[in-house]
Amino acid sequence: MTGPYSIGAKVKVSQGLPPGHVRTPLFLRGREGEVIRHFGDFPNPERLAYGLSGLPKLHLYQVLFTMDETWEGDGAYAPGDTVTADIYETWLEPL
Amino acid sequence: MSTHEHHDHGHDHSHGHAHDHTTFQPDIKEPSEEWEFLEIALRELLIDKGVITAREVQDQIEAWERKSPEGGARVVAKAWTDDGFRQRLLEDGNAAVAEMGFEIEALKLVALENTDDLHHMVVCTLCSCYPRPLLGVPPLWYKSREYRSRAVREPRAILAEFGTELPETTEVRVVDSTADCRYLVVPRRPDGTEGMSEAELAALVSRDSMIGTATAFAPDGEGRSG
Amino acid sequence: MTERAISDLGGLPGGPIDTAEHEPTLSERRVDAMMMLLRAKPRSFWATDENRRTIEGLEPKTYAESAYYERWVLAMRGLLIEKGVLSETEIEAKLSEVRARHAEAGQ
Repeated sequence: MTGPYSIGAKVKVSQGLPPGHVRTPLFLRGREGEVIRHFGDFPNPERLAYGLSGLPKLHLYQVLFTMDETWEGDGAYAPGDTVTADIYETWLEPL
Repeated sequence: MSTHEHHDHGHDHSHGHAHDHTTFQPDIKEPSEEWEFLEIALRELLIDKGVITAREVQDQIEAWERKSPEGGARVVAKAWTDDGFRQRLLEDGNAAVAEMGFEIEALKLVALENTDDLHHMVVCTLCSCYPRPLLGVPPLWYKSREYRSRAVREPRAILAEFGTELPETTEVRVVDSTADCRYLVVPRRPDGTEGMSEAELAALVSRDSMIGTATAFAPDGEGRSG
Repeated sequence: MTERAISDLGGLPGGPIDTAEHEPTLSERRVDAMMMLLRAKPRSFWATDENRRTIEGLEPKTYAESAYYERWVLAMRGLLIEKGVLSETEIEAKLSEVRARHAEAGQ
């Protein structure tokens, strides 16, 4: 049971700019990556932040992005370097 | 303090503060900043109202002081010498470190293994998530605006600032700790350490090597492994 | 890009990293200890995410200029009021008393 995405799935991070407490960093919004790990399900931190239960729980994934996809050459990295973030299912779209 | 206080530039700064809280009567230093007055006010109110006790605050401080990178270093050294443990650690960090008596409440401990081909470096760009039960208090630089801003974009520049040079063929993977996971990097075991005991190996595992800004020390006492 | 949260720093430019070690001061240790006690069972006054939300809600200038544990103690103040553990009036009264006491001791 890995929730809506399987390991290796190609995904896109939602572009949204919702107000309030958000756990998906801005630099990855709209970027395309690959699910490399499923961590299980956790209460939604964006609701916990307002004193709510955070239920239902959300599936949490480690998503891998290439530095090039993320920064388009504007950074100090080698060609094969990557960055990952832990992203809840509500922030991901299938590709 | 320990072999983990290893940075060349690590000592000058701390001397200014070193005596603030090691005197026999720590309270004697006058708070000078507004937030320190606020700390006192909140603490006294909470104690007066019976919400918390002074004893609990003291116990909590002492519990914190018992947590240090030596814990993480023991875990890494065991992973280097015991392949079964290494595999359990990579599969389920919480269960594996629980075998050694470390409790990671509510959070998911994820161990990341560094190899010749893949080097992990951990950051929290949104706040300052850190595996405190295994590494103790995060260093100031880990919580700094500079590290949190630059790590995901200029990892090679940051590694260079830490004196860590890796070949281009090693993938540097910056791991942004944005959610409920806490990451422990298992550095690559240095060459020339065959036959060393777990305790000897643990002494090679610096705090920064478990964050991923450094590699483990070489056994010859040099600051880094090759 | 105007909607960037003040705490969301990934990818921003920055200067060199100051790797000097710092022994936490007594005030810092106490803030940390209180935060853990108030957040953990059995009190569970708030979740870690509420703490983060409160820190992100600080004035951008305050966030930028305050030290790490300064932000924590400001967030703690806000959350203690929000959760009805302490009132703003009693905090202000106590704060005046503490300031006066230390002004006296400093003379």
